[in-house]
Amino acid sequence: MAERLNVNPTRMELRNLKRRLSTAVKGHKMLKDKADEMVRRFVELAKENKRLREEIETDLAAALNAFMLARASSEDYIVEEAVAYPGASLTVKAEVGSIMSVPVPSISIEKDESGDIFPYSFAQVTAQLDSSIVTVTHLADKMVKLAEVEKSCNMLSIEIEKNRRRVNALEYVMIPMIEETIKYITMKLDENERSNTVRLMKVKTMLNDK
Amino acid sequence: MRSNKIAVIGDKDIVLAFKAVGMDVYPSSSAAQSADTLKSIANKYSIVFITEDLARDNNQLIERYKSRTYPAVIPIPPPSGSTGYGMEGIRADVERAVGTDILFNKED
Repeated sequence: MAERLNVNPTRMELRNLKRRLSTAVKGHKMLKDKADEMVRRFVELAKENKRLREEIETDLAAALNAFMLARASSEDYIVEEAVAYPGASLTVKAEVGSIMSVPVPSISIEKDESGDIFPYSFAQVTAQLDSSIVTVTHLADKMVKLAEVEKSCNMLSIEIEKNRRRVNALEYVMIPMIEETIKYITMKLDENERSNTVRLMKVKTMLNDK
Repeated sequence: MRSNKIAVIGDKDIVLAFKAVGMDVYPSSSAAQSADTLKSIANKYSIVFITEDLARDNNQLIERYKSRTYPAVIPIPPPSGSTGYGMEGIRADVERAVGTDILFNKED
C-alpha cells in the first residue's frame, strides 16, 4: 500500500489532487510511448552498430597488422618521413542531430580529394605500406559512420534508462500515492457527511421528544 | 571551439597509419599518458579513436564522455586483432537500454 501524502482532507485539496492524478496518468502514458519508440530505434541502431563494428574490427586489425609489418621491414625514419605530411586531409562536419529529442551527433565526412592518397614517393617504401594505407583510407568513411552510430547508441541507451526511471517513478510511486490520498480524503469527507446526518437525526429526535 | 578533424590515440607503431590518411595522431604508450592526452584533447575534437587496450585502462574516463554529445570516444582494435572490448561496449549499451542482452545471446 502506498503511503499517502500529508495533506488536509478538504474538498479543495481533493480537487487539486484529482487534477494532479490526471496529469500524472497522461504523463505516464506519454513517457511509456516514448520509451517504446526509443527502444525500437535503439535496437535498429545497435544492430547497425554491431554490423559496422564487426566489419571494421576485422579489416582494420588486418590493415594495422600489415602496416606494422611494413614499418618493421623498412627503416623507421623512412616510414615516418613518408607519412609525416599527409596528402589528403580528412575533416568531418560535426553537428547535433536529434532522435526522439535526444541530442545525438550527426557527423558527415568532408574529404579533400585533391591530394594523392600516397603522400610519399614510391622509391623508398614497401608495397605493404601502400596497401595498408589504401585500406585505412577506405575504412575512414566507415569509421566515422561507426563513431556516429556508436555514440548515438550510447546517448540513446542512457536516455532510455533515465526515461525508464521516470516511468517507474510515476507508475509505482507517484500515481499510487495520489490515488491513496484521494481515497483517504473521500473517505474522510464521507465520514464527516455521515456524522453530520446522524447528528441532525439525533437533534430531531431530541426536539420531538420534548 | 571544436576542430573538425579526427584524433587517434594509440601505440606509435599504428597511429602513423592514420596520420597518412589525414587524421591527427597522438602516440601514447601508457594508460596514464593516454588519459592525460584524452583529457587535453577531449574538447578539441569531435571524434577520438583510441586503441582497445588503452581504452580498457581508461574505462572510467571514457565513461564520463559517454553522456555528452561530443566527443565521441570510439575504441578501435589493435593490430593483433580485436580484444572484444568494443563489442562489450555495444553489449553494455543494449543491456542498459533493454534490460537484457538481445543481440549477442545467440553466440553465448
